[in-house]
Amino acid sequence: MAAGGFAEAGADLELVGIQKRFPGFTAIEELNLTIPAGSFFALLGPSGCGKTTTLRLVAGLEEVTEGRILIGGKDVTSTKPYQRPVNTVFQSYALFPHMSIIDNVAFGLRRRKIDDATGKAHEALRLVELDHLAARKPSQLSGGQQQRVALARAIVNRPALLLLDEPLGALDLKLRRQMQLELKSVQEEVGLTFLHVTHDQEEAMTMADTVAVMNKGRIEQLGAPAVLYELPRTVFVANFLGQSNLFSGQVVAENPDSISVDIEGNRIVVPKARAHRTSGRVTVGVRPEKLILSREAPAAGADTNIFGPGRVIDVSFSGVSTQYLIQIPLVGTIVLFAQNMGTGPLVGDGAEVWVSWHVEHGFGLEDEAETGSRFPADTDTATLALQKRHALMSELGEE
Amino acid sequence: MAFSAFATATAKEQVPRRASKVALLLLLPGIAYLMLFFLVPLFSLVITSLQAPAEFGDIGEYDNAFRWENYTTVIAQYSAQIMRSFVYAVLATIFALLFSYPLAYFIGVRARPYPLLQKLILVMVIAPFFISFLLRTLAWKQILSDESPVVAGLKALSLLAPDAYLTGTPFAVVFGLTYNFIPFMTLPLYASLERLDTRYLEAGSDLYSTPFTTFRTVTIPLSMPGIVSGVLLTFIPAAGDYVNASREFLGGTGTTMIGNVIESNFLIQLNYPAAASLSIILMAVILVLVTAYVRRSGTEDLL
Amino acid sequence: MTLQEGAALAEAVTAPDTTKRRRHWNFGLGRWLLPLYTTLALLFLLIPIAYTFVFSFNDSVKSNISWRGFTLDNWTGVCNAQDVCEAFGNSILIAFVATVVATTLGTMIAIALVRYRFRFRSSISLLLFLPMATPEVVLGAGLAAQFLGAGIQKGLGTIIIAHTMFCISFVVVTVKARVSSIDPALEEAGRDLYGSPAQVFWRITFPLLLPGIVAAALLSFALSFDDFIITNFNSGAATTFPKFIYVAASRGIPAEANVIASAVFILAITLVITTQVSSTLRARRLAAKS
Repeated sequence: MAAGGFAEAGADLELVGIQKRFPGFTAIEELNLTIPAGSFFALLGPSGCGKTTTLRLVAGLEEVTEGRILIGGKDVTSTKPYQRPVNTVFQSYALFPHMSIIDNVAFGLRRRKIDDATGKAHEALRLVELDHLAARKPSQLSGGQQQRVALARAIVNRPALLLLDEPLGALDLKLRRQMQLELKSVQEEVGLTFLHVTHDQEEAMTMADTVAVMNKGRIEQLGAPAVLYELPRTVFVANFLGQSNLFSGQVVAENPDSISVDIEGNRIVVPKARAHRTSGRVTVGVRPEKLILSREAPAAGADTNIFGPGRVIDVSFSGVSTQYLIQIPLVGTIVLFAQNMGTGPLVGDGAEVWVSWHVEHGFGLEDEAETGSRFPADTDTATLALQKRHALMSELGEE
Repeated sequence: MAFSAFATATAKEQVPRRASKVALLLLLPGIAYLMLFFLVPLFSLVITSLQAPAEFGDIGEYDNAFRWENYTTVIAQYSAQIMRSFVYAVLATIFALLFSYPLAYFIGVRARPYPLLQKLILVMVIAPFFISFLLRTLAWKQILSDESPVVAGLKALSLLAPDAYLTGTPFAVVFGLTYNFIPFMTLPLYASLERLDTRYLEAGSDLYSTPFTTFRTVTIPLSMPGIVSGVLLTFIPAAGDYVNASREFLGGTGTTMIGNVIESNFLIQLNYPAAASLSIILMAVILVLVTAYVRRSGTEDLL
Repeated sequence: MTLQEGAALAEAVTAPDTTKRRRHWNFGLGRWLLPLYTTLALLFLLIPIAYTFVFSFNDSVKSNISWRGFTLDNWTGVCNAQDVCEAFGNSILIAFVATVVATTLGTMIAIALVRYRFRFRSSISLLLFLPMATPEVVLGAGLAAQFLGAGIQKGLGTIIIAHTMFCISFVVVTVKARVSSIDPALEEAGRDLYGSPAQVFWRITFPLLLPGIVAAALLSFALSFDDFIITNFNSGAATTFPKFIYVAASRGIPAEANVIASAVFILAITLVITTQVSSTLRARRLAAKS
């Protein structure tokens, strides 16, 4: 399938010094990004962080205030959308309601005056297994089918770069999982560069080779999903990807390979390789699933961090795991996930417990968690845990 | 505003608008046209309203001047008509509101489970628009005239005095005004009530409110935008109407309104300054109302 | 709840999906009172229409005031009455020209208002709104004064100019609502799929706008056809259907005028009902399919 002037495989995307200002607010402060050809890249962040704006800048639907965009080495900053080798799968799919499916898919090819547009459109529909519905109108298709048509419509043009704007948001869970796998396999099969924008961190981590976490118009951290998860750089990333227990304290000792931090009288060790800052006041953290719950004080060791004794204030069973909220005096509330091994909850409400983790599982952040305010911040882990629990209970209550 | 009743579509979330020269090209012809044939005429009216009769000219010839006395003369001369116009318009608006609200409530709230029925009833509400405005008014004139069976019947039932007559009375004029503007009142009310979330009514009932209290404290305030639109859309044209009040239709010698006066001055007596100054006075009152509305709700929602 | 809060709440309320739940609101004295009132109200509204229609069959000689007998002559020989058909023809012509111009200009403005950013937005919105809010006497007198001052003779041309003017605002309102309801992502998708601005407009925007444009055109046509006050001030010797009726009112309106009015009414109602019914049925069919 010759691409008629556009790349056969995907191309590099480079964003250099991008700034985007709207009247009244700045959406993107300063963005520098390189996406290698052929990769599946995810831009992850909460609503309002600038990820959709970034996508629209790359597509050409918005103009940059400052900076340059290069696709395959070529500067496309001042070109119009219809001049760029980029196609978008829109969040609302944006299928033209007054045209049939086949006309939708063939639209881009016809505008570029490609030979046998209809034939190529049919091929694309076969790729997403919807060729038998080619004559229908979009309103006669289900959400999942519309999504696949939107994908076919974009892919058929063999763009150098395919942009996906939260395309799976409107689908139910099962369909979403299915589509995630399909998108990933299509990308690998066709070899295009995918830029996927989403607020769903699970989605980003399952599908992407590289994830960039955006917050307030900037990229906070960029890397492989596992790296981002196990070694977050900032408080925002630690709290946005999964959950974290975060503690602030003063570095009291610097060892050859690690630092010791004093958290309200407890000595916590973090390997230097996993700490972004090694002196002064730091925020360290550990993921809830890495914690070990014990009913007796565990043996102290050079490679174990211990908090305790503390009291269990909440036990929540969520199927896959049981979530414990443990109150450690002076330190605060700790969230702990225990895998469901079929034995039931380890302890009950009010039990006295110790929490420990392997030193290699902790991480040190670059910035600091905001210290106590009257109303806990939304990203506070204890609040998150309680919120999750309330959400689950109200879900059950509604049924 | 009210005119959303003319268009029936739900707005989608808009992306930030683009700044482009294309906007200018799109706007220019239409806006230029309106400026030329709406703003300029208003200026013409102002200029005309200040004119003085030409020194040696015939009737209908005037020179430009700054004859502010035109206004005072006209107000003094036609104060009765001016007052009458506003009184009739207010009455017509009130009656139209009382008539239309239950109707709009039925269509917009009660009939919501039946969209086809809603549409059909709405068609019937605006159906009078499709018959010439003059013919509808004339029809009422015939129906309210002394010879009609309706009046005869009312007299037979002693609801009317034997020598009473309906045409040519303020009653007939207000009746005509009310009738003609009912659709203008119903549509905005309907648009507003259609969007009323009935769960608010449920909440009111849940909180021990009787149906009447719920209506008074929940429904009416929530439909206020529709009420305001309807009131403006009815009062403004009613104040300036002259067909209903003219002698050939429902009016008589004692029911002339501003509109009649302006018409006769302009087209018959050729007293352009008088007609113009009356028009400006009428326009000024309207502008005050509109400004009050815009101050409160801004211009974004006007259209 | 204060008025302000109530108004603000009203703005904030979005249309809920209560059509699916067949609930009846039992507020009021019994469930039958409101439907009864509605029926009576609708009958009341239709009285003059019925009257006009019935009297179009009247075997009238000069004035169509009292019933003399049933006849179809008026319908078969509509143009027998003097000037009626000429007036009707003029009205159609004027309405047609005014509609074409107003719809074109108004559609352009509507698109600009919804999709683009520009200065003086508030003033332009106000300028578009005012013709709808100005009493017709003022509009009519103003235009007449302007034509008088400019020495332009009044006739068909001035009527067309006047009608176009007040139709533009209504077109803008109608089309604007339609433009707002088009998902902007559709046009963006068009641009993303290599459509030039012209291609995007003609292949995507325009087909989707068409129902709104048609509705605006019909509204404009109806407004122009039925206009009397503004026409009266600006027509000079030319006559339109409403003006004919007004002038004839004093000496007696021929039944043929009733015939024309009734015919127009029947045509308009049929058109409106058909479009409403077909769109509802089409929506139902599509909902059932998916």
